[in-house]
Amino acid sequence: MSVETTAPRQTPAEAPPPARFGRVNVFQRFAAWAGFDTRLMGMVAALAVIWVGFHLQTGLFLTPRNLWNLMVQSSVVGVMVGGMVLVIVARQIDLSVGSVLGFVGMVMAFMQVQVFPLEVWWNPLATILIGLSLGALIGAFHGYVVAYLEVPSFIVTLGSLLAFRGGAWLVTSGRTMAPLDTTYQIFGGGINGSIGATWSWVGGLAAIVILVWYFVSSRARRRKYGFTVRPLWGEFLVIAINVGFVAGFVQLMNSYPFPGTTVPRGLPVPVLMMLGLGILMSTVLRSTRFWRYVFAIGGNPEAARFSGIPTRRITLIVFVIMGVLAAIAGIIATARLNAGTNSAGELAELSVIAAAVIGGTSLSGGVGSIPGAMIGAVLMESLRNGMVLMDLPSALQNVVQGAVLVLAVWLDVVYQRYRRR
Amino acid sequence: MEGARVERQPLVEMRSVYKAFGGVHALEDVTVDLYAGEVVGLVGHNGAGKSTLIKILSGVYGADSGRIFIDGQEVTIRNPRDARGHGIETIYQNLALADNLDAPANIFLGREIMRGISLNEDAMEAESRKVLNRLRISVPSLRESVLNLSGGQRQAVAIGRAIYFNARILIMDEPTAALGPQEARQVGELIKQLKGQGLGIFLISHDIHDVFDHADRISVLKTGRLVGTVRTAEVTKDDVLTMIIAGTLPGKTQGNAAVAGG
Repeated sequence: MSVETTAPRQTPAEAPPPARFGRVNVFQRFAAWAGFDTRLMGMVAALAVIWVGFHLQTGLFLTPRNLWNLMVQSSVVGVMVGGMVLVIVARQIDLSVGSVLGFVGMVMAFMQVQVFPLEVWWNPLATILIGLSLGALIGAFHGYVVAYLEVPSFIVTLGSLLAFRGGAWLVTSGRTMAPLDTTYQIFGGGINGSIGATWSWVGGLAAIVILVWYFVSSRARRRKYGFTVRPLWGEFLVIAINVGFVAGFVQLMNSYPFPGTTVPRGLPVPVLMMLGLGILMSTVLRSTRFWRYVFAIGGNPEAARFSGIPTRRITLIVFVIMGVLAAIAGIIATARLNAGTNSAGELAELSVIAAAVIGGTSLSGGVGSIPGAMIGAVLMESLRNGMVLMDLPSALQNVVQGAVLVLAVWLDVVYQRYRRR
Repeated sequence: MEGARVERQPLVEMRSVYKAFGGVHALEDVTVDLYAGEVVGLVGHNGAGKSTLIKILSGVYGADSGRIFIDGQEVTIRNPRDARGHGIETIYQNLALADNLDAPANIFLGREIMRGISLNEDAMEAESRKVLNRLRISVPSLRESVLNLSGGQRQAVAIGRAIYFNARILIMDEPTAALGPQEARQVGELIKQLKGQGLGIFLISHDIHDVFDHADRISVLKTGRLVGTVRTAEVTKDDVLTMIIAGTLPGKTQGNAAVAGG
């Protein structure tokens, strides 16, 4: 890379970006041109390989029923993964999310069954509000101790992992709280927990409209500033690929009918929540100052401080977000089980962290991707799901999952080194 | 330097600054000043107090006592924002760049251009291009992280950040320390340009040759005290080295309170 200080002969804004694709292959060229993240595309490819592989092994994997259930199973981890990406990007870690999920879930179940009357219209609402507030409070506590008292987050959240797991037991002295309010159960997927075919298509169409609007407005803006834009046919191609994914997904969710009928279930509510949160965090939230400051803190905390960024306040907010998401995961977990148990979410933090890391979030901070992490969550769950279909003992499943995690991160290390040459 | 300097006020004057950290006196009764369009070099051993002095000016530390004047008016600088409000920008030794962000993000860090609640990334990219053009540094793709840029380009991003926000007083801490000879020369060109635009620059450097190349005057610190301020044209490198090491003034100096005139 050479540096020139002679006056440029043409305004750089008019010149097309020079081809710096020295060592890049045809896939990466296409990805860069289309605006896709190469790494993300690689993960989707890996997911496809795993799915096809399991289907060839068992013949059961690629059925609408299994994939529908797979998505529901992914959603407990999937809703938390975005928050964990932020936490890790900010050079922190949160080991407590599983225990917080269990504790908050237990408190919610307790309130719902023992304190509030069941089956009144406001029961689920009140329960959820309490759960979210409790999650936020716990997150704020973590954030305060980490950012203002300067205790390392590893230690704080390790303490919470132990304490809140114990706390979950203490809420009811270990008794399981069941059954829960029937309206509340919607949040767990299952028989009443999906939105049906029509609404799924409504949601899909809304997503498609937003996608098209995004591509069109982004192109118009780039032209206004004089940056290069793709040729029109290229624009259509990219839009078509994205729309295809959305439509295909909705169709898949609509292919799993209620038992004994042909009425499609549509998108499960927890999956809707997971996707909604993921999209929110990848679009609207990603272009806020807050988001950039989190990445700046992760990249160079000193530089962030010298730039006047309120680093402690931002760190606290990051933990609050994580707490709220853990509470949401608690809602989904308890609703799915139709019970509050004190073991809910055990070891979930490991899956969440693994998903984030597989998705491209670096443990040294400053680098992270929410879409990648969500694919990571689905990938980990696909492995588990497939191994269950293959009847592998759970001990072996754990071995495989551990090995895949290490392999995925090693591949990432190699890939980053290759890119930088 | 330009004529008619006799009546001119210094752009910045730091008067009788004291700063101690615990029992260690980092600065004792240090007075320095800086005029528009000139470069003042700050030299001295490690621990002489150079970094502490400029961190007080840039708002990272607060002085224990002493006064700061800008354009003859006394000011209080409590934090980096206050400093930037007075047009004081710092380019730190490690450039204080977030390596994971791209050039526009770094240039606008903490002062982003918004569109409602969203970052206006296109506007920031366009403005960044303009400011880098002003510096005559070419960065082919502004959207990649600054980690992948060369030392000279990174330096340009750091300087771009300072001048975009209309710095009047620039503090450069070891600007060429991590650069090769060609890039160091580029930075020298940039410094000349900025001088010509009327900025005042405090330049900290360990490299006596660097300082002699760029600075108009040199203030020497030793163990927290000001040894003296000399005009570069009137002394030799050996003179300055003597000041740094032995703490003694050579024959021809201006003494402690820098005054306009020969």
